[in-house]
Amino acid sequence: MPEIKELVKGLADKHGRGRESLIPILQGIIAEERYISDAAMSEVAVELDMSAALVYGTATFYSFLDTEPRGKYVIRICKTITCDMKGKKQIVKTLEDLLKIKVGETTKDNKFTLLETNCLGWCHKGPAMLINSIPYDTLDVNKVTEIIMDYIRK
Amino acid sequence: MANTVNLKIDGIDISVEAGKTVLDAAKELNIHIPTLCYHEDLCVAGNCRVCVVEQEGARNLVASCAMPAQEGMVIHTNTHKVRNARRHVVELLLSEHNADCTKCYKNTKCELQDLASEMVITEPMFLDLVPEKNYTVDNYSPSIIKDDSKCIRCQRCVRTCHELQHVSALGVAYKGDQMKISTFFEHPMLDVVCTNCGQCVIRCPTGALVEKNYIDQVWDAIYDPDKHVIVQTAPATRIALGEDFGMEPGNIVTGKMAASLRRLGFDSVLDTDFTADLTIMEEGTELLTRLKKVLVDKDESVKVPMFTSCSPGWIKFIEHMYPEFLDNLSTCKSPQQMFGALAKTYYAQKKGIDPSKIVSVSIMPCTAKKFEAARPEMRDSGFQDVDLGLTTRELAVMIKQAGIDFESLPDEKFDSIMGASTGAAVIFGATGGVMEAALRTAYELVTGREVPFENLNITAVRGMEGVREASVKLEGLLPAWSFLEGVELKTAVAHGLTNAHQIMDAIKKGEASYHFVEVMGCPGGCIGGGGQPIPTTPEIRKKRTEAIYREDEGKTIRKSHENPEVQEIYRDFLGEPLGHKSHELLHTHYKPRKRF
Repeated sequence: MPEIKELVKGLADKHGRGRESLIPILQGIIAEERYISDAAMSEVAVELDMSAALVYGTATFYSFLDTEPRGKYVIRICKTITCDMKGKKQIVKTLEDLLKIKVGETTKDNKFTLLETNCLGWCHKGPAMLINSIPYDTLDVNKVTEIIMDYIRK
Repeated sequence: MANTVNLKIDGIDISVEAGKTVLDAAKELNIHIPTLCYHEDLCVAGNCRVCVVEQEGARNLVASCAMPAQEGMVIHTNTHKVRNARRHVVELLLSEHNADCTKCYKNTKCELQDLASEMVITEPMFLDLVPEKNYTVDNYSPSIIKDDSKCIRCQRCVRTCHELQHVSALGVAYKGDQMKISTFFEHPMLDVVCTNCGQCVIRCPTGALVEKNYIDQVWDAIYDPDKHVIVQTAPATRIALGEDFGMEPGNIVTGKMAASLRRLGFDSVLDTDFTADLTIMEEGTELLTRLKKVLVDKDESVKVPMFTSCSPGWIKFIEHMYPEFLDNLSTCKSPQQMFGALAKTYYAQKKGIDPSKIVSVSIMPCTAKKFEAARPEMRDSGFQDVDLGLTTRELAVMIKQAGIDFESLPDEKFDSIMGASTGAAVIFGATGGVMEAALRTAYELVTGREVPFENLNITAVRGMEGVREASVKLEGLLPAWSFLEGVELKTAVAHGLTNAHQIMDAIKKGEASYHFVEVMGCPGGCIGGGGQPIPTTPEIRKKRTEAIYREDEGKTIRKSHENPEVQEIYRDFLGEPLGHKSHELLHTHYKPRKRF
């Protein structure tokens, strides 16, 4: 995997090779690859001269450091109680129907991954979701359909 | 006095050194506070909360293992609130713990079980979550079994692997209710950087990390009339085995151990110490040969410092972490493996036994020896040289199974051949021992005189400091060795792999230079090995070490080259150290392994 090696090396050059650089490097990998593979983790361990188990532990601890392949657009819908009370279930159902996948899955064309997430801090404007790093709030069936159709056309 | 603080525990005034914890202070008062994640050898984690106590004026209960004693503190260790909290902590741990105790290898030796028993938890208050969890058992390694269903996530193993061994094969993965102790990507222990040292095993409070036991296989061999079952016992087993029978640490039980092995039904009770002496002959000669090639012949393909190769944990560590130094390892096999190779050749010939009928068993203070015995490199006799490696603990189990009252056994001797040993071999069990034994022989070989230390005790290489250095000036040499005249032989000793890492980094950076370096994988050397009786503490290791040196002093012969059976094997079978036959049977090479 020469590309991964190059990517990790570049990120280590940018962020440094101390323990404190681990998370920025892992975030850098997510930005490029959308997930951190075992090969990427090994490379990080090599670059930082650090135990691979430690890298794995850090990567699995944070939900936003994905360790499984993800689509180009990762949709994270807030699963906490306020959004739930404001109709999150209907939004999930709409998303599942539109994308023909269940929560936790990725579309065959690797374009979308549908996930649930803990509180996004948009309780006053629920239900809310995040697509990659862009938040969308006060969702209803029509709004979420429009948003997704825009992404499909992209 | 600024250096002490005064506090009150359960109504008793006490002053302790500043920096001590409430737990330490309670210990001084002989007040027992239960602990789980706490371990004397490791940094404080404070995650299990079993050791909570009530502090007057504090809103919450405090973890006594993590709370420094402070001036004027008033602590209660046995209030209703404390007892309830501890009970709930244990109950919660049990709700996620596979408490099928009768089917557990650690049954009756489990710290969680002890606590549950002390608290008389008969009616569980919480749901049993074990059936909901997708726990896995990793039993691929020949040394260690990891069963997540028994893990209480105290992280003693994680801290051990990181702090003491600088390996971090185990880490903490995921979070919350999903949190688990995991290797890289949950690969089997066999496939990761694990050195099989078993330091995690002797610190695991439950049955989550245990040695893979071969007790039934040994019984099967003993009961098979076609098999000739021989057993070898490592130096460090004889000063620790008694602990599993309630004896105080530091008791020498060599004679009782030999007697018990005979009663278990082994056909011949032999001693790894014999091949420890042989190791000194081979390794000492190898060191001198290397020095000649480096200093006189200027042969750049020969590497110094030479590293000892007795500790299989250290071997695997260097294979993973410092493969560029593999040529610096002595080519000598470990005493266990030298014994194995000779058992099915020399011993078989002398006794007129078909080697295919020999089952070779070893009793070791070590879990890594199991892996070593199974190595493909270790089949030079034409068979697997050592068939079954047991820990000191497994031997104790067998003795109990056989209904033997260990303490009342008479002292018996080892059988011959391959049963005779010297004091130099015994001290292999303690850190610095191989170095001391090698110096006793090598110095005498080149000078014709005994080492210039009182009563042969080379105290500079002894002790518990992580890295120790010593040098011996070689003067007045015999003519054959005159090329070493005036050389200051520089040596170093390290124990525990974190210290090994430290010394290796210094060598790598060119900050240190030595001729000969001894490394033992476990803290304290084999006396603190991963196969030794549980528990282990600095105090226990100290007592075991003292016993090792007592055993050495008590021996009539204390130099390896004076072992009569060693002299005999060179005369009748091997020829000379580093000779053709030695090369075939007693030496090997190791290959690099992946670190990541």
